[in-house]
Amino acid sequence: MKAISLIIDNQKVSAQEGDILLWVALKNGFYIPNVCALKERAVPFAGCRLCFVEIEGYPEPVTACTETIREGMVVKTKTATVQKLQRAAFELILSTHHVNCGHCGKNKKCELQKIALHLKVRLRSKRFRLIPKNLPLDESHPLFTYDPDKCVLCGRCVWLCREQQKVGTLNFAYRGFEMLVTTFGDSLAGVANCTQCRKCVDACPVGALLFKEEQLIREEHNA
Amino acid sequence: MTEPTNTIEEEKIQKEIHKLLQDFSSTRENLIPILQAIQTTFGFIPQEALRETAAFLKISPGEIFGVATFYNQFRFTPPGKHQVKVCLGTACHIRGGDIIMEEWKRRLQIKEGGVTEDHEFGLERVGCVGCCVLAPVVQVGDIVHGKMSPSVVNGILLQCELAKREEDKTHNETE
Ligand code: FES
Ligand code: FES
Repeated sequence: MKAISLIIDNQKVSAQEGDILLWVALKNGFYIPNVCALKERAVPFAGCRLCFVEIEGYPEPVTACTETIREGMVVKTKTATVQKLQRAAFELILSTHHVNCGHCGKNKKCELQKIALHLKVRLRSKRFRLIPKNLPLDESHPLFTYDPDKCVLCGRCVWLCREQQKVGTLNFAYRGFEMLVTTFGDSLAGVANCTQCRKCVDACPVGALLFKEEQLIREEHNA
Repeated sequence: MTEPTNTIEEEKIQKEIHKLLQDFSSTRENLIPILQAIQTTFGFIPQEALRETAAFLKISPGEIFGVATFYNQFRFTPPGKHQVKVCLGTACHIRGGDIIMEEWKRRLQIKEGGVTEDHEFGLERVGCVGCCVLAPVVQVGDIVHGKMSPSVVNGILLQCELAKREEDKTHNETE
């Protein structure tokens, strides 16, 4: 593999030919919001639409998770256009996310908190109408809990479970606003084929999947 | 959401499904045709049927559940005795079909696609029924009700209730 160099936010960065821009940027300390990208995944999902950047010579912003780097590429991660796109995508995610950080086991480790800080957007943003799912917390699995109200549908767990682990316990189901990450028959209890590999919980960027030991008492669920 | 079925039912369903699956080869692309065949046979897709299909196609039950729930044409509970179809086609939508839908939901205490506990009523949304001049339209069983309003919902419920009482009475008398 050949070493090549590119410019990110006016700084010279070197990386390997064939690397994906998002990982190169993150590794070199340039934060780009993202929730759906997975290093293991050869074909990116590109579903969260958070990782936009501008690249010189390109007519419009592109998603960093789908972009292979090239020699001499000039990348900007914080232009006004980029941030406008990122904010819109982020606030749309927030409009279906049950924000309750104080009682969430992911507090201070949540990707959404990190993104909010980066984009200077309030987590309780009122820009879009809130569409809460109001579904119950599922505590039936021995290892972890699943809170559909927190899920941002990034698809990481689904891909790991189905494509990497070849298990297929977690899947997307239903459609449109009703779309959910769920299991057969909508209950974690019936998960006969779960191998307890823990990958889904490790990959969850938010507080939707949490190990029971991480879970804090949430008096205010659905409050 | 699919309904768990009891064991006698389960065996019956299993038999039917094995019979039905004989017409298909065990390849992924047959998933939807199989689901359609199941629904034609049972009027809905029982949970047991999804499991059998999963084993037959060697796809995880969860993935099949995901595919099946994506499509509006599939239902997972037996339809109600009176199946209420609220039209939310373009004309009915503009004439406030969603208000009518809300009223049914409120009165029956079920969601779209749901069935009441006594299995008397099922609720679903449909596209254009074909009589837009009457918008908003609701079809209950085979009967089309035009120019719907929330109070008419009440009327229809009352009618069904009276019909049921009548039925129970004659039933009791003949016994
Ligand atoms: S990380 Fe690129 S679209 Fe989600
Ligand atoms: S839109 Fe409802 S009948 Fe045509």
